[in-house]
Amino acid sequence: MDKKYGVYICSGCGIGDAMDIDTLVEAAEENNIQACKTSPFLCGKEGVEMIKKDIEEEGINTIIIAACSGRVNYDVFDFGNDKIVERVNIREQVAWVHEPDGPDAVDEEEDHTGRHAQDLIHMAYAKVKSMELPEPYKIEDPSKTILVVGGGLTGITAALESANAGYKTVLVEKEDKLGGWLNKVYKMTPLRAPYTDLEDPKVEEKVKELEDNPNVTVYTSAKIKKIAGGPGMFDATIEASGSEVTERVGAIVLAAGSIPVKDEYLTHLGYGKYKNVVTHAEVEEMAKNGKIVRPSDGQEAKKIAFIQCAGSRDPERLPYCSAACCVESLKQAIYVNELNSEAMTYIFYKDIRAAGTYEHFYKKVQETGAVFIKGEITGIKEADDGTLTVESEDVLLGGKASVEGVDLVVLATGMTPRTAFGQEVELEISDDEAAAAAEEEKAPADNIIASDILNLDYRQGPELPTLKYGFPDSHFICFPYETRRTGIYAAGSVRAPMDMAKAVTDATGAALKAIQCVESTARGAAVHPRSGDLSYPEFNLNRCTQCKRCTEECPFGAINEDEKTNPLPNPTRCRRCGTCMGACPERIISFKNYSVPMIGNMIKAIEMPEEDEEKPRILVFACENDAIPALDMAGINRLKYNPWVRVIPVRCLGSLNLVWIADAMSEGYDGVLLMGCKHGEDYQCHFIKGSELAEIRLSKVSETLDRLGLESERVKAIEVNIMDYKKIPQILDEFAEELEELGPNPMKDF
Amino acid sequence: MGNKSVLVVGGGMSGISAAVEAAEAGCEVYLVEKNSYLGGRVAQINQYFPKMCPPNCGLEINFQRIKKNPNIHFFTLAEVEKISGQEGNFDVTIKLKPRYVNENCTGCGKCTEVCPAERDDEFNCGIGKTKAIYLAHPFAFPMKYVIDAAACQGDSCGKCVEACEYKAIDLNMEPQTVNINVGAIIWATGWKPYDITKLSNYGGGRFKNVITNLSLERMAALTGPTEGKILRPSDGKEPQNIAFVQCAGSRDENHLKTCSSVCCMATLKQVNYVREQYPDANITIYFMDIRAMGKHEDYYQKVLEEQNVKLIKGKPSEIKENPENNNLLVLAENQFTQEVETLEYDLVVLATGMEPATASDKVPAELNYDVDGFVIDGPPTPGIYAAGCTRKPGDVATSVQDATAAVLKAIQSTVRR
Repeated sequence: MDKKYGVYICSGCGIGDAMDIDTLVEAAEENNIQACKTSPFLCGKEGVEMIKKDIEEEGINTIIIAACSGRVNYDVFDFGNDKIVERVNIREQVAWVHEPDGPDAVDEEEDHTGRHAQDLIHMAYAKVKSMELPEPYKIEDPSKTILVVGGGLTGITAALESANAGYKTVLVEKEDKLGGWLNKVYKMTPLRAPYTDLEDPKVEEKVKELEDNPNVTVYTSAKIKKIAGGPGMFDATIEASGSEVTERVGAIVLAAGSIPVKDEYLTHLGYGKYKNVVTHAEVEEMAKNGKIVRPSDGQEAKKIAFIQCAGSRDPERLPYCSAACCVESLKQAIYVNELNSEAMTYIFYKDIRAAGTYEHFYKKVQETGAVFIKGEITGIKEADDGTLTVESEDVLLGGKASVEGVDLVVLATGMTPRTAFGQEVELEISDDEAAAAAEEEKAPADNIIASDILNLDYRQGPELPTLKYGFPDSHFICFPYETRRTGIYAAGSVRAPMDMAKAVTDATGAALKAIQCVESTARGAAVHPRSGDLSYPEFNLNRCTQCKRCTEECPFGAINEDEKTNPLPNPTRCRRCGTCMGACPERIISFKNYSVPMIGNMIKAIEMPEEDEEKPRILVFACENDAIPALDMAGINRLKYNPWVRVIPVRCLGSLNLVWIADAMSEGYDGVLLMGCKHGEDYQCHFIKGSELAEIRLSKVSETLDRLGLESERVKAIEVNIMDYKKIPQILDEFAEELEELGPNPMKDF
Repeated sequence: MGNKSVLVVGGGMSGISAAVEAAEAGCEVYLVEKNSYLGGRVAQINQYFPKMCPPNCGLEINFQRIKKNPNIHFFTLAEVEKISGQEGNFDVTIKLKPRYVNENCTGCGKCTEVCPAERDDEFNCGIGKTKAIYLAHPFAFPMKYVIDAAACQGDSCGKCVEACEYKAIDLNMEPQTVNINVGAIIWATGWKPYDITKLSNYGGGRFKNVITNLSLERMAALTGPTEGKILRPSDGKEPQNIAFVQCAGSRDENHLKTCSSVCCMATLKQVNYVREQYPDANITIYFMDIRAMGKHEDYYQKVLEEQNVKLIKGKPSEIKENPENNNLLVLAENQFTQEVETLEYDLVVLATGMEPATASDKVPAELNYDVDGFVIDGPPTPGIYAAGCTRKPGDVATSVQDATAAVLKAIQSTVRR
């Protein structure tokens, strides 16, 4: 676009009291701009009108607003998608955090606050000069079909809910009929208020509704051999009844479910040894047949003991709680009584986890006369007549409990996600790489288990990366549907242990996420967390050296490789974090509005003081999700820190390219500080491991610094979260002190 | 085809999630919030379990999603007054209370400096005061000040009007009414902590050092009234012997009948707040069952390994105050020992449950409610969906999940007609 630049400076909110605005205008005008105006109240009607007038009359289309943070007044300064608008934060990050310049500061060259603002305007100019308006990446004929993998309760629900919203849906089930676990279930736990009544599974009804829906295609006895492509253009090769079909789909719901804990986790409770010790599932089957019996002799079981947490909440078996077993046992206790009113039930438990509205259900079971015994099981013995004695601690009555003559012991078994089974994927690396890798620190590889469910044709591995215990989740608090593969949403017990009511909700939500993904992809827009972003990375492959850093480091597995290890980008899989751009040593990856040269130009745009001026300059790369709001918040709280810092917001620290450090050092900055999100097990980085990758890259920078004859302490990475704003002054001032001790960057005057 | 717009009522975690998820799926969304800011209860929380990360981080990204999405129109200080019509075609009347501060507000804060009147700081659970013109909290979005008309001295004072350089204050602002037509409605007005004054046997509201878990969140938060320090309300001293009482007013025939499903984890998390500030403090948890579901079990196990943390199975029957030092005497049967014990603490935190807002403020449409006031989905008015803690008590992740699901149901309502 043919850019016409306008710089608009606000002097309100204390900005005009902190610096000399005329000097700021003069500085702005050093750049090749077409207009520069000030206003005492730029976000007010007159201020905005002034800008609009310039847009209309002067054709200004590239607008630099030097005023408050871009986090506020975003609507006021929205001039349409065909304009470039850059917000320069001279309020929260300049006027409100530095001491105001005195009346003679400019003449005395002590206008530190004003110079900060001037530099930020220069940087903004360099930035908009280096950028273009993004053009969306639109694929031809994007598919809006939703693929649901798994035909149990979750999968059926996800498919029906998507279809009912008008989307074509393909459901793939490995068994010969739909229903999954539901086929084995006699009754379901309550799904609705008053949360006391058991429900029939009604599998046939659900399957019929699905099969009757013209939007739905069902493959049974089917497996997915391969999924290639990306959102809007996944090609799923499905093997069904001996033949192969390929379905083009736009997004995927993974509803592969879970399986009960393995038998060997139950042997300590007599399972496999005593005939009358059975699992939860076996009781469902008996109940379906109309009678709860003792396997030893087929006699009706009248005295039944349920053992909760069988193999669960146990560090040597399943460490976690499966969240559904308590209510499942409560359910069985109810129907055992319904099937035989003389039956007596005992429930041995650690905690009854009938959370939320299941409290009503728990109460109902208590009213049936079931006996609840809290304590660890200490022993199960079999008598000659096949009956069992269950011994346990009895926490509530003190001492020990012993229930004799038990006909049937039912083990409430936990669940393991299907994604947890398989070989851990280790990416193949050649010998040279292995040697190189031994020397340099690398980001820990994703934990991918080859569970043979999705078989993604992805360079980073065939399944979703998992966090813990094989569950393929990511930001499980704020964004529970996020996986680390774009357009693939896990739902139901494969995502987290959950009960049936929750699985139904989960399926519905995941279907919505899939729909949202196909809609966004069709518009050429990114999905979460940069939802709606129209930019995407472009690769100048002529200069690629096939180093594979981008393909290895992309947190979302967006980039494949050809046989010569050239990167094969899949823009619809991309989340636009820029990690690939940061990783690339040849700097061949750029977004229209975010690139290595763009930031490089910003770095070089400031007026670097001479060494003898004793005005240090500190460059800060700050993650725009957390560190930038923290910096803003320091301003809102009027905390003060030194005016030497110059902050460049980055999409994610993962986009940090090491050349920027070299640029900063050769430009004469005295130090560089990286502010990123927490990483490791409890990572907060919205792009999973951007900040971690940046730190790892930084570990390699000392060589560069050595070459320049500089101390490695000049470059530092820290974790900053949004609530760390009170620490901001200390962080920045201490760093400034450290740099002062090192003395000025000797490159300054070159 | 019906109206493809969706009304979301309630701007807490569920409502925000519903709004952004719907808008990103292509719907036009109206979001209505009764407070002066979005974020709801989550904005009051210091850290999330189990990652101990700040809710403002997740809110920030959701606010960015709102800011960038032209499909979302939100109203603060707004309440739905009337709903008529049916699925696919609802007419809704929204009442906007005056903020007395207009869009000119730059958030500079000069007004509060001159305001002579004060009000109880409800965002901080009544601990401390704000001026009559105030910003609810430093992360408030939108960052516009608001006047509490009940506290403001009005035209007779007018100091803020004079102080504001931007003519942003209008003491005569009138309420407004907005009418919209939407295809479906998501009701997500959330929850409030169960009123502890109803727990008279625990001295709720009478004993200064008996506080709610939400008050503790505010004290532990850097943005709170004590700037993050957990202190005894009676004398500002550092507590050294703290009791948490689970199911305070929950799982109780006389109070909330249901379990709120989050208080166990909330307490375990708060144990960590206390331990971080006072590593030597003794902490006792009175509980019925510890409901640390799923992977949260790991968090529970870690707390069990902590020093100075003791669990007592039992629900206290009474709490008395020692008038000399405002310490508290908690009477409970310890079911582990079968002994009735009276133990003394210097701070008692009641893990109060979630009472749905709909227990008192019903949806202005024909809907059914369960015994605790949670909305039951479905007939008699199709097209209105409850989400988050309006439907069931739940934690943040559950609310987000539930809200996302509600969006798909809402979209179905808009395409069905």
